[in-house]
Amino acid sequence: MSYPSEFLYTKDHEWVRLEGETATIGITDYAQKELGDIVFVELPKVGDHLTAAEPLGAIESVKAVSDVFAPISGTVEAINAQLQDKPEIVNSDPHGEGWLIRVRVADPKETERLMNAEAYEAYLHQTQAH
Amino acid sequence: MASPTEVILKRTALNAVHRAAGAKLVEFGGWEMPLEYSGIVEEHLAVRRAAGLFDVSHMGEIEVSGPASERLLQYLTANDVARLQIGQAQYTALMYPQGSAVDDCVVHRLERDRFLVCVNAANTAKDFAWITQHNQQGAVVQDRSAEYSQLALQGPQAPRILARLTDADLRGLRTYWFLRARCCGVEGWLARTGYTGEDGFEFYFPPSESERVWDAMLEAGRPEGLVPAGLGARNTLRLEAAYPLYGHELDEETTLLEAGLGWICKFDKGDFMGREALLAEREQGLRKKLVGFEMLERGIARDGYTVWMEGQPVGKVTSGSPAPFLKKNIGLAYVPPRLAAVGAEMQIEIRGKLVAARQVALPFYKRPKPSAAAKG
Repeated sequence: MSYPSEFLYTKDHEWVRLEGETATIGITDYAQKELGDIVFVELPKVGDHLTAAEPLGAIESVKAVSDVFAPISGTVEAINAQLQDKPEIVNSDPHGEGWLIRVRVADPKETERLMNAEAYEAYLHQTQAH
Repeated sequence: MASPTEVILKRTALNAVHRAAGAKLVEFGGWEMPLEYSGIVEEHLAVRRAAGLFDVSHMGEIEVSGPASERLLQYLTANDVARLQIGQAQYTALMYPQGSAVDDCVVHRLERDRFLVCVNAANTAKDFAWITQHNQQGAVVQDRSAEYSQLALQGPQAPRILARLTDADLRGLRTYWFLRARCCGVEGWLARTGYTGEDGFEFYFPPSESERVWDAMLEAGRPEGLVPAGLGARNTLRLEAAYPLYGHELDEETTLLEAGLGWICKFDKGDFMGREALLAEREQGLRKKLVGFEMLERGIARDGYTVWMEGQPVGKVTSGSPAPFLKKNIGLAYVPPRLAAVGAEMQIEIRGKLVAARQVALPFYKRPKPSAAAKG
């Protein structure tokens, strides 16, 4: 799977899609593959304030639980409610239907710390080479 | 993910085959092993409904032989080796004086004075050293691990699949018995044992033949839906069957009685390592007890999570996972014996929140009795 060029990425394998002041957040295809069968997604509540690099929730696969970190600070505007009953969508469509939350961005400058698709793919390449 | 020091992992003879099959490889007990191929859930369900093939060549094999071999094993293990006939195997534990396990293992009686002990990969060196160190009887103790590949063919369709690959009398081969057999053209030890809660076989044979046996089994089992299965499914399968895993339910600090393994402690066989400690504990009462539980609320218990009862932290989860076949979130935990009761409610602390769970009878899963027609 290719990594959409309009997304920004973190080293913890989250992606961000910015539309004005709203950011949609999910985990990358690499992350869902590493996790394996996803069985439970724990998300924040609408209205919660997120701080960049702090856990926003957790994803449970059969094998393990992993924190999901907030790529940027902001206020939760929406959560992907269908993941409650169908968490496996994160496996099947991590960059689309499997999005996790929408956030009103607190400080657009924080996005400068994120990687573009090219940089993220280079980072993956480096990670996997080890 | 990048580690500063390069650790050289051991590889089974099938490592390249797993890699080529697209398996996700992980470190386990010093070995690079397949965690999953198509996915843990799919592999788990295949083993419950049809069959799965596991490369478990990482397991250690220690051979104990000579006229003193029975006496040595009788002293170092909890179960009664003297009850074993040639061709019979038994689940047991290699013991510490304090009544805990050096390792849990399966002892096979190959000949009157020759035994093959199948041990956990991560413990092989420790077990070998322990047996050697206590070998005052003059038995011959050899680490034969490098001379065996081991494949586990597990699931209700395993007998039907294997029947195409061997002339051995599988109908006559009962659970926990084994025989010398030619399988896929390769000679080895074929045992009706496993770690999944299903009917199945484990085949021990020369590593040089690994690819041939692996390919032949997968090919032969295709009509029944046989799939390669990794350590991920192996763990969820053994957990549903409530089999202990060393390092989780068993360790140096935990006695066999606490782990619910009193049934392998044969006190009437004579003295054995740890016997006194176990008898004393039986007299004075257990310090903790292993219980099974299922989650009542949304949440998955994981190894190391704290168990709460009566408003207090009372114990730890030793294994916790979604159970793919039972479709529940289950786990094993140690609690004070007075709080161990089927039906008792407890709470598991999951990321700072207390989530309701209830103790249930073990095992979580017991395979249905085969119908007469399906018997292999």
